[in-house]
Amino acid sequence: MEFLSALLNGFSSGGTYAIIAIGYTMVYGIAKMLNFAHGDIIMVGGYAMFVALVFNQPLVALAFAILACMLLGITVERLAYKPLRGASSLAVLITAIGVSSLLQSLAQIIFGAAPKMPTQFMINGAITLGTFRINYSTLVTLAVTVVIMTALTVFVKYTKTGRAMVAVSEDRGAAQLMGINTNRIIAITFAIGSALAAVAAYLMLMKAPTLSSTLGAMPGIKAFTAAVIGGIGSIPGAMLGGVLLGVIESLALSVPQLAPFTDAIEFAVLIVILLVKPAGLLGKARREKV
Amino acid sequence: MNRIVSFFKKPFLRNYANYMVIVLVALVFAVLSLTGSLKMGTQFLLEQIAIAALLAVSLSMVVGFLGELSLGHAGFMCAGAYLGGKLAAAMTASSGDQSSIVTLLVACLAGGCIAAALGFVIGLPALRLRGDYLAIVTLAFGEIVRNVVMNLPMDWFGGTLGLETPRFDRKYLFVLALVMVLLCLAVTQNLIRSKHGRAIISIKDNEIAARAMGIDITKYKLFVFTVSAFFAGVAGVLYSYTVSRVQSATFDYNYSIEILVMVVLGGMGSINGSLIAAALITFINTKLQTVLTGNLAVLQNVFYALILITIVIYKNAPGLKGFREKYNLKNLMAKLSKKPSEEEVPHE
Amino acid sequence: MSERETILKVEHLAIQFGGLRAVDDVNLEIKKGELYGLIGPNGAGKTTVFNLLTGVYKPTLGRIYLCGEEIGGKSPAEINRKGIARTFQNIRLFQNLTVLENVMVGLANQIPCNVFESILRLPRHKRSEKEARERAMELLRVFKLDAYSDYLAANLPYGKQRKLEIARALATNPKLLLLDEPAAGMNPNETQELMDDIMFVRREFDMTILLIEHDMRLVGGICEKLTVLNFGTELVTGPTAEVLANPAVIKAYLGD
Repeated sequence: MEFLSALLNGFSSGGTYAIIAIGYTMVYGIAKMLNFAHGDIIMVGGYAMFVALVFNQPLVALAFAILACMLLGITVERLAYKPLRGASSLAVLITAIGVSSLLQSLAQIIFGAAPKMPTQFMINGAITLGTFRINYSTLVTLAVTVVIMTALTVFVKYTKTGRAMVAVSEDRGAAQLMGINTNRIIAITFAIGSALAAVAAYLMLMKAPTLSSTLGAMPGIKAFTAAVIGGIGSIPGAMLGGVLLGVIESLALSVPQLAPFTDAIEFAVLIVILLVKPAGLLGKARREKV
Repeated sequence: MNRIVSFFKKPFLRNYANYMVIVLVALVFAVLSLTGSLKMGTQFLLEQIAIAALLAVSLSMVVGFLGELSLGHAGFMCAGAYLGGKLAAAMTASSGDQSSIVTLLVACLAGGCIAAALGFVIGLPALRLRGDYLAIVTLAFGEIVRNVVMNLPMDWFGGTLGLETPRFDRKYLFVLALVMVLLCLAVTQNLIRSKHGRAIISIKDNEIAARAMGIDITKYKLFVFTVSAFFAGVAGVLYSYTVSRVQSATFDYNYSIEILVMVVLGGMGSINGSLIAAALITFINTKLQTVLTGNLAVLQNVFYALILITIVIYKNAPGLKGFREKYNLKNLMAKLSKKPSEEEVPHE
Repeated sequence: MSERETILKVEHLAIQFGGLRAVDDVNLEIKKGELYGLIGPNGAGKTTVFNLLTGVYKPTLGRIYLCGEEIGGKSPAEINRKGIARTFQNIRLFQNLTVLENVMVGLANQIPCNVFESILRLPRHKRSEKEARERAMELLRVFKLDAYSDYLAANLPYGKQRKLEIARALATNPKLLLLDEPAAGMNPNETQELMDDIMFVRREFDMTILLIEHDMRLVGGICEKLTVLNFGTELVTGPTAEVLANPAVIKAYLGD
């Protein structure tokens, strides 16, 4: 029973990772860059919700945060990443690291170093059946994850914009020649990824109401890891990687001897998987043209 | 003007100016320190500068010359700090000598070697993974080291309390630290300015062509990762001497990024640039700490982030290529010293 | 005339990418001192053959012998050390190294000096650096690039970059030199100059050369023997004049 609830918790936190990981992976697939600052968009989403609590409506706050994050994502792309299109991936990654550090520092200056405790987003209570116990928040997370995954799959498969995204990720040059406005597609990708980050912020604050400038840092890195495990650039890969990481994390946490080493275990899994499959579980290895 | 330029172009000066500056700094401050006119704060600053210089120069080997992004440099430092620090503390306890140079050197060697061994291990994925993937693996590695060290049994490395550190006479700890910087500088510079350095740069420039020229990529990648990690480990050992307790939280990936910032601001692929950036940033940080307090302390991070972004975009944006070529330092220098620049192609 | 030594022998070479046979059953035999051309329409698999010969790709089937020793499946660096050097269709110079240093990288395996000798600045380091510099300058002189020795490779004009690639390849002291479209993007004057250079290299270094080229004037002018590839398979092999007059070759190039 304990194993089962650990597993369910794993699926739930894995869902959150997957939602964040999709942001990394879509941007990688389409803009061919690792947006290191993606985790910090989550943090901005958290603070946006905190600010929007003046309306006293958690869901309104979420909507506000989604808008704010989308705007931020597009702005960051325009100012920091777009000028570097075509430059080395090292340059782009370093810039993204700079953006990450900038967002964290600005948040700390504006909101202070002490964490905020917005309890309004919390969902308490649990279902208990004998020794089996599952929190409502876990169920909500699972439901949200499933809805988002389905919506995203439908969007990519059946809408014109979604298919244009696939085209851009396959071959940007060819897509451009086919009349696809790649700049617009890239901007939309950043917007979607950032909106998902805001949702992730909500899910996180729903479980633990501690909001600081590093809210998104570790989850961001973990989700980043999940995206790479699944094969960066692949949306199903991000889902698989996220869930896998969540389950590993939850299982490790449930064993007292292993619990302190959870982070190390998760990262070790990443390294091992990459050594066996350098492009991740579902990633495609690309051959460099000689 | 030309005479001044040609004076600075003398090969001896050009090759050894950086050593001389460090020796000079070490001598001047050593005299001040031994006569007792050096403040504790200045000693500490010099130690921190030396540590930062070790980290930046060693990281520049990997990032600037080999062209691989490592986000785990603090992990190597962490390993060195814990193992070297523990060893030094144990040796000090058994000998009772509070300022044994032998202890310090043995600790540096041990800390460097354990870091080097880890560097070798992390060099292995570098053989299979490219760019972004390697960056995340090195970051993961750094976090693993930190996480494991902190959660080992208390009596190993002090657990969450941190490691008790060895002591050394602070009057000349910084001198020894600067000697280590000299050593690191000599190794890096001699390596880069040799056929091996050319091979390493050729891997960065075009790995496929380097292979086709018979360059042993495996050997060089592993070697660079190993040597680079060694000096990060040494930096860790020295660091353990300068703090009251070594806390594993110090060595998170943000610390690795801080070192990376020094390398990037120093102009990737410039050893002296890394040295200057390390010294300058450490100096400014220390000074700012007294001015900026509370939430404003983060203001310096805002500046660094903005500078980092601006410099990287300026140096790499394809759209700014024309601008860069028109106004770059090398071309201006070439004009000053009347060396043929691009406009004056020699006639055949 | 006595039978010349066989430098390269390729038997039934094939590679498959997914479902596609990019190269299928290619056979080559190149004798010492020969100037051999590998031609064919775009997408015929010429560069893929080069990539197989130099170890960039591992062959799915077939064998490659260099001077009687099998080299198929070895790594690019190993194959280079065994004696095959190449240039690239899309120039691959070391952009952040100078013209001289580019050639010196090619000399790396010719002049022994290990990492520790370099770091400790032992006498052998100084000797080897001096020797490398001198030998690299000699090679640059052959290609009239010596005046540019201090330039960054990236700043060389296009035609000279192609020449530098040949010089760099020669620096590895190969038994067989592979040139991948050496005249691509050159004007007729430059092409003529390149033809003279290739002939000179063959004479001066007693070099065996296999080249891929689209410029028929160059191919007809300097190659002795040709193999024509079409859709990854061997269409015709024979002396240049015969091959170029072959109706099947003309058809492959011009279509029906």
